[in-house]
Amino acid sequence: MIAHAIFFYAFSIIAVVSAVMVTVSKNTVHSVFFLILDFISISCLFIMIGAEFLGMIMLIVYVGAVAVLFLFVVMMLNVAQQKNQWFISKENSNHIPIGLLISVIIFFELIIVIGGWKYKPDLFDQSNLSIVNDVSNTHSLGMVLYTDYIHIFQISGMILLIAMIGAIVLTFRQREGVKKQSYLKQISRERAEGVEVVEVASNRGVKIDD
Amino acid sequence: MIEIGLGHYLTLGAVIFSIGIIGIFLNRKNIIVILMSIELILLAVNINLVSFSMYLGDLTGQVFTLFILTVAAAEAAIGLAIIVVYYRNSGTIRVEEIDKLKG
Repeated sequence: MIAHAIFFYAFSIIAVVSAVMVTVSKNTVHSVFFLILDFISISCLFIMIGAEFLGMIMLIVYVGAVAVLFLFVVMMLNVAQQKNQWFISKENSNHIPIGLLISVIIFFELIIVIGGWKYKPDLFDQSNLSIVNDVSNTHSLGMVLYTDYIHIFQISGMILLIAMIGAIVLTFRQREGVKKQSYLKQISRERAEGVEVVEVASNRGVKIDD
Repeated sequence: MIEIGLGHYLTLGAVIFSIGIIGIFLNRKNIIVILMSIELILLAVNINLVSFSMYLGDLTGQVFTLFILTVAAAEAAIGLAIIVVYYRNSGTIRVEEIDKLKG
């Protein structure tokens, strides 16, 4: 239990500090790196609490795909040098106290909700998806994901497909003046337009390319 | 303090959620950092769902975390594609200069 507490505090301190660094760091590339660190520490917390499958999926999806996507866009758009000027420009910074006030209010509301939260005593009896201890986390998730939640699972697959098609359609562009191979033109070539039979008179030869 | 319970994880989620909201207000000139703050907020929601799921012994929270992960990935991909297209068309993604729809 001591080790659990030590690891919880270590990972959560890393997560909170890196989340703060995501918002306040001057360079956008550094923000992306701190976002990666945040995701890694939170997935360590998930693995520690017993949700191993979600921790690993977080590592793969966020660190492997989303964060690299952010990094790619930041480097492609050349906004790494665009500083976050919220602490430099004085004339246009009256939104900062309002933002801090709203965030602090939301934080204390959440803390009040957490502190006064109690669950119904018969809540566990109502649930039909209880966690069984002799089956691993991945196994039990797979048991419910493809049976009880199959429709939502299919819909999430459709969402990913639509997002993929949308991203491709948005960023696709046809460039002018690029020579491309046209397969249809190649395979639909007939003999009549390629070869010409010429009657050659003797001792005269034939003149081509005129 | 030593006994780590549900409240500790929920407090961590609340802290990260608030930091995400602060990030949206603070970095309102840089749209990529705004997208990253939205990812932080979704991460805080995921922490809440997973900790409730593990401490209440109900698997539904983890299933929904999986779906939130899916939607977050799709949202990041579409948002970044829109940013790339806007940068290509107008040469800037500074938020205060995105005013083409203003009459």
